[in-house]
Amino acid sequence: MIEIANIIIVIFIILGAFFHLIAALGVIRLPDVYTRNHAASKAATLGVLCILLAAFFYFYFHESEFNTRVLLCIVFMFLTAPVAGHLLGRAAYHHGVKMKGSKVDDYQEYLEIKKSNEQQKYEEFKKKLGKNL
Amino acid sequence: MIQTAVTIAIICLALSMLALVYRIIIGPTLPDRIVALDAVGVNIVGIVALICIKVDTTAYVEFILLFGILAFIGTVAFSKYLEKGVIIDHDRDR
Repeated sequence: MIEIANIIIVIFIILGAFFHLIAALGVIRLPDVYTRNHAASKAATLGVLCILLAAFFYFYFHESEFNTRVLLCIVFMFLTAPVAGHLLGRAAYHHGVKMKGSKVDDYQEYLEIKKSNEQQKYEEFKKKLGKNL
Repeated sequence: MIQTAVTIAIICLALSMLALVYRIIIGPTLPDRIVALDAVGVNIVGIVALICIKVDTTAYVEFILLFGILAFIGTVAFSKYLEKGVIIDHDRDR
């Protein structure tokens, strides 16, 4: 029984370390801030979830202790990491970082038209984009 | 078996932390650096959880919870600062 538990714990630990390495590789190698943010927020969150789950199983099988604080950590990381990633992407866009290799930026056009307060231009833009504004 | 796996995993996490620090130093723009800083926070949480397993204690679990909250608040404050230049604002326009 304890050997099977050990194998499960080791698998989770190695999986977590692997995902952390993938995240770091993405942050180094990817070309611009949006793709780097994608790598950092998704892969690192999955890695830390695996490691915390391994810690929970370790305390559960070796010390016979149902540690609710580790579970609380898992829930909290799972809730906050996507929010932080979304905020960072949005902040990078409003800070003026361009996406690499892309020339079309409809949202920038929309913001300019909205700021200029011209109703006719706004209607034309709406017609150009279709209904999904 | 677990001790060996934990040692290997701590080395992997230290290597990835090194990579993130490299990105913090050379990052071309400010948002790059903040993305890497946020990932460093997540990385520290993973290392502390591994140390919890290695030294066989639950004493550091509170630190994990606290540091998760602090890293999240830091990221939110940084991104608000990047967006507008102020952290606490009162208009709800965008």
